[in-house]
Amino acid sequence: MRALQAEGVTTIFGYPGGSIMPVYDALYTYTRGEKKAFDHILVRHEQAATHAAEGYARVSGQVGVALVTSGPGATNTLTGVADAMMDSTPMVVIAGQVAISTLGTDAFQEVDLVGVSQPISKWSYQIRHAEDIAWAVSRAFYIARSGRPGPVVLDFPRNAQVEMVEFEPQKVDFVRSYVASPKLHEEAVRQAAELINNARKPLALVGQGVELGNAQGELLKFLEKADIPAGRTMLGLSALPSTHPLCVGMLGMHGNYAPNIKEQECDVLIAIGMRFSDRVTGNLSTYAKQAKVIHLDIDPSEIDKNVKTDVAVIADCKESLPAITALLHKADHSEWRDSFKPLQEKERERVIEPAIHPKDGPLLMGEVVNAVAEATQGDAVLVTDVGQNQLFATRYFKYHKKRSICTSGGLGTMGYGMPAAIGATFGAPDRTVCCFMGDGGFQMCIQELGTIMEQQSPVKMILMNNHYLGNVRQWQDMFWKRRKSFTRMLNPNYELIAQGYGIAYEAVTDRRQLPAAVGRMLATKGPFILECAILEDDDVLPMTPPGMNVDDMMLSISEE
Amino acid sequence: MKEEGKKLYTLLVYSENIAGILNQVTAVFTRRQVNIESLNVSASSIPGVHKYTITCWSDEDQIIKITKQIEKKVDVVKANYFTDDQLFIRESGLYKLSTEKVMANPEISRTIRRHDASITEVNPTYVIVMKYGLTEDIISLFRALDEFGCVLQYTRSGRIAVTRGMQEQVSEFLEQREKER
Repeated sequence: MRALQAEGVTTIFGYPGGSIMPVYDALYTYTRGEKKAFDHILVRHEQAATHAAEGYARVSGQVGVALVTSGPGATNTLTGVADAMMDSTPMVVIAGQVAISTLGTDAFQEVDLVGVSQPISKWSYQIRHAEDIAWAVSRAFYIARSGRPGPVVLDFPRNAQVEMVEFEPQKVDFVRSYVASPKLHEEAVRQAAELINNARKPLALVGQGVELGNAQGELLKFLEKADIPAGRTMLGLSALPSTHPLCVGMLGMHGNYAPNIKEQECDVLIAIGMRFSDRVTGNLSTYAKQAKVIHLDIDPSEIDKNVKTDVAVIADCKESLPAITALLHKADHSEWRDSFKPLQEKERERVIEPAIHPKDGPLLMGEVVNAVAEATQGDAVLVTDVGQNQLFATRYFKYHKKRSICTSGGLGTMGYGMPAAIGATFGAPDRTVCCFMGDGGFQMCIQELGTIMEQQSPVKMILMNNHYLGNVRQWQDMFWKRRKSFTRMLNPNYELIAQGYGIAYEAVTDRRQLPAAVGRMLATKGPFILECAILEDDDVLPMTPPGMNVDDMMLSISEE
Repeated sequence: MKEEGKKLYTLLVYSENIAGILNQVTAVFTRRQVNIESLNVSASSIPGVHKYTITCWSDEDQIIKITKQIEKKVDVVKANYFTDDQLFIRESGLYKLSTEKVMANPEISRTIRRHDASITEVNPTYVIVMKYGLTEDIISLFRALDEFGCVLQYTRSGRIAVTRGMQEQVSEFLEQREKER
């Protein structure tokens, strides 16, 4: 407890069980009365503890903490651990374990957690004796939050939980085998600046690294000085305000049309804290071949992993961006920037307007997201589940504050939304948290309505119900001859479910009711479920079909 | 196995002496379904630091990625990849031969001498022959002995290697890191 306190932990998401009882017993003391140091949020499933910790970490910048028991408790966290690894989210999972004297005997609720979590975590370690606790906990938090953040797993055998030692605080801020933040190379900075200064058509790709490095201000100075248009990745959406004149939208398979087309036309591509995911690049063999590529990243293993780089600037972007900016000439690329406008106009006319302002027919996801985005004015935190709800929400939501998006980008974990939103309400208690989910993902962690009820977490849940696993259904329609194999869902009566949990609920079927219903949702204190009856075959567009070139992006299905 | 367009690379990996690191290192290969040809792990000349010598068939693009992913592990100090011309390399082979067959055919002893191998133990049932060298030398002695039908057991060690370069990368890196502490 004192080791966690020393790391500044205030909020723990957890679920007790046999092998973690000594810790829970101590937690009883440390969550009330004079010794109160922590809020413990009792979730309803260990996977949710990790997603809540991720949501908490994403909006607050602090390390999220999940506390669970051994065996199934531990294995239930693995999805969250893998998710946090893919999305560079700082998290420490502390799991109980059987006593070391019984390790390897197939003892009740024993599982080799270090073994199974190693490939999907930044570090995993077994605390075998109480005297290691202070060191291991401090090292865990240092590794989780430093450099490129990630999940750390601490496997905590029962004997180490009950052994008595004098607590000696330790502060680990150095691991000799681990260079958290590589030193900036002046030569690389000079080369990068030279390429940018000579560029006629520069394009920046902004990723979550900017948020993790807390370099939103440095990014703006960099972009503004050299007049560089910038697209953002899904996880980097709130690194640059949506309304900034240099912001040209979202990258990727379902991102905006203009940046996708222009990736194939720019002469210098500047990737900042992003990893060239396949969802961004499409077909790698044709991707941005005409451009010189500059890659700013803190993680050396990202350089040349997917896209070959001409200049790699390996450092924290909080340092590298100002260093490059200092060498940049003021530039005016208005002609190049203007060339984005016809593409943006084309997308607005053919995709965006029909999606957010439809004239008739059932509700569309785009208009629901747009209604919430307009009502929250870019102030709210956006949490999404995975699938069409995520793609519509990230496309049409607006951001002007940093750290405003929680979504499962790399792993694509359905069921992430609801627990991550719970975590976000604790990580950013002063902000409105809007969570968009489909009817599939809503049911994948539906038990967390219990946590929401107990905590009265003010999560504004927007359930976009189309009675389908919509994204898979869209692919089946497009690529699998409309054979809708097991994507249609028979759904429960969500109003009764909301009633069961005592959560405010409203259904919208008519678009004329939508703005008022959204207003009532936002005005309600505490949790709210807004169920929207969505057109069954609403498709996310535009789209770059998997494996195709980014500039083969389709604005409508009929183009195929 | 050798594949078209691939080369035999040797990785030298240095790590802290913490349980479970071998697993993390080999998992990088597993994830890409790259077979490890040979693997040797031992304490290095630096106290508390273990050295792994790993060989595999790969192309340069892939071996660079594998090396970076291994070095990314928190408790791995350094990982570098080399081709054979950058290293001084040795392996050893042990051959357990039937004493009866060795006694019956003097050509076997001549073969052992010709291959520059040494006999280290003899008893009425078996003879132990030892050979240091490169992979091909050790395999070629096995083939030669096997033709006489006298081999009871045979084993070849993983590769051990030291670099031919002048720099001692790992100790210099650690010194540098200690200064930054």
